[in-house]
Amino acid sequence: MNKALLALVILVGVMLGLGSFTFYYGEGHSYLSKNPEACLNCHIMGPQFDSWQKASHHTAATCVQCHLPQSSIYKYISKAENGFNHSKAFTLQNFDEPITITEKNSRILQQNCIYCHSAITENLTHGSTTDANALSCVHCHRTVGHGEPLGLGGPLRQEEKGGI
Amino acid sequence: MSGASSILKSKIGIVVIVIIVAAISAVVTALLVNIIQRKAESKNGYVRLVEVTEDDTDPEKWKTNWPKQYDSYKKTSLATRTRFGGHGGSEALPEQKIERDPWLKRMFKGYAFSIDYRDRRGHAFMLEDQVNTERQTKPQTGSCLHCHASIMPLYRELGNGDAIAGFEETYKYSYSDLNQMLKDSGNDHPVSCVDCHDSETMEIRVTRPGFIQGIQALAESDAPTPHLPSIEQWREGPRAAPYDPNEDATRSEMRSYACAQCHVEYYCASNMKLTFPWGKGLKAEEVEEFWDDTTFSNGEQFFDYTHKESGAKILKAQHPEFELWSQGIHARSGVSCADCHMPYIRDGASKVSDHWVRSPLLNVNRACQTCHRFSEEELKERVDGIQQRNFDLLQRAGAALMGQLDAINEARAQGATDEDLKEALELQRKAQWRLDFIAAENSMGFHAPQEAARVLGEAIDYAWQGTVSASTWQDKETQQ
Repeated sequence: MNKALLALVILVGVMLGLGSFTFYYGEGHSYLSKNPEACLNCHIMGPQFDSWQKASHHTAATCVQCHLPQSSIYKYISKAENGFNHSKAFTLQNFDEPITITEKNSRILQQNCIYCHSAITENLTHGSTTDANALSCVHCHRTVGHGEPLGLGGPLRQEEKGGI
Repeated sequence: MSGASSILKSKIGIVVIVIIVAAISAVVTALLVNIIQRKAESKNGYVRLVEVTEDDTDPEKWKTNWPKQYDSYKKTSLATRTRFGGHGGSEALPEQKIERDPWLKRMFKGYAFSIDYRDRRGHAFMLEDQVNTERQTKPQTGSCLHCHASIMPLYRELGNGDAIAGFEETYKYSYSDLNQMLKDSGNDHPVSCVDCHDSETMEIRVTRPGFIQGIQALAESDAPTPHLPSIEQWREGPRAAPYDPNEDATRSEMRSYACAQCHVEYYCASNMKLTFPWGKGLKAEEVEEFWDDTTFSNGEQFFDYTHKESGAKILKAQHPEFELWSQGIHARSGVSCADCHMPYIRDGASKVSDHWVRSPLLNVNRACQTCHRFSEEELKERVDGIQQRNFDLLQRAGAALMGQLDAINEARAQGATDEDLKEALELQRKAQWRLDFIAAENSMGFHAPQEAARVLGEAIDYAWQGTVSASTWQDKETQQ
């Protein structure tokens, strides 16, 4: 075998090894799943994850079910796009806080509300529900996904007071 | 393969491939190291390299273990300004508040605050500024060091191990004597790490005897405290032991209690021990009632000073931030002092509480936007609107009080005695208490806007009632 080719093969092999270890160590495989804990990998979604566990929708929907499109092709395109943006931002640490949902993702979210609740909302959703003038579901139903803002609770309700 | 093998035959081709592969490997390795670093950050809150104990008041020692917190704590020496807070004047000598609002000076006649009353600087200066204020030209009490220094070891020393007993002796000392003892014991630091953190567990805790006694009195009262659920819970229990904030309070409440050890109304002079007046509740009139029912050891009704112009026995409000916050919507919603004044900062993959305690207006994204999803400009404008309205009403109340003082002076010139002016002087005490309660409070009304307006409204009403009473003193005499 050509010596140069051998060297090249070794180089590429080393790179592949390093790459796959990084992928494994960074839990890259978890991003192919729909497990909500995958969203916690980069540490920044902690409050969102915590508050989702306490919110009404934690029994009904996981992160990706609200935040990614339903159709399988668009789901993976959106997953790749958000995944890239998130890893870039978190690696470079160059984003504004508090983090806020983008307009594009906000439209996806709105479509997902209607996807599940179409039977109830049929009479409310004639015309677009995602253009600039439309009222989004979470404008009022803000706490269904993440509870009270970022885990801040109000005072104890009467029924929570008894017993220590 | 002919193209590929021709590249491999040329030396330049091989060099180019090696460079490309090397660059990619470097990027992948950098990413790997970055991931390792973030994972480590999210695992270890801190590493305890040096031991710290309850007697280590010097924050320098703590910084080895908690460099992030220490760095932000040190920033309290930086000057910060907002529209109504912070200061003009030079960095070393903030502007006089009493020059800016002349009614303040006249209101404080007969009290040391008419000599020197400046805008605040950050926590780092709390001890230095107190030692250097011109108010020290009048004898001051050792009680002041309760909040201005890291004084717990000295309290324990004075009480032979019992901090509360030690504390209860300190009002008898002069400020300069106690300050000297503080220096000799090596504890002359502004309030530092050990004052709010358990040196063993780092848990947030309260240490100040004045606060502990005050909050116990509040717990034992009937005043509703919906914003402090642990107190209501304690009241429903067997009350076997007194309410203990360090045991009974929630973590969120502790994030306010730590601040309420000092940012409150209190009595701080040499006639009796430092007292937090919460035995009847936290509202302005409940605190007033507590003071009205308090008597000195000589039997005289409680007062802070005698007004030099009118002779009224005046109550001086300190800075009732905790009390006013307690009446506001943020407290009611479970938002603590630290949530806005020491919000969480993300540092890589770790979350650190910002120890650069300052106005939330300088930290809007962390302090406000976590809950309020509006732009910074919008939020600042809303706050500004609230504060401007409070400021306007405050000026009105100041003018009303000046009107009352003029009326009292006029009555005196006509020959009115203390007895003739009894009602007018009592009304001055009431009006001035309410005015001062909001003027001395450090949020320009923001901590509870509606409550601040209510209290100022009462101040204006009492001042005008007092004006009428003073200017009609002769009518009363003829009636009798």
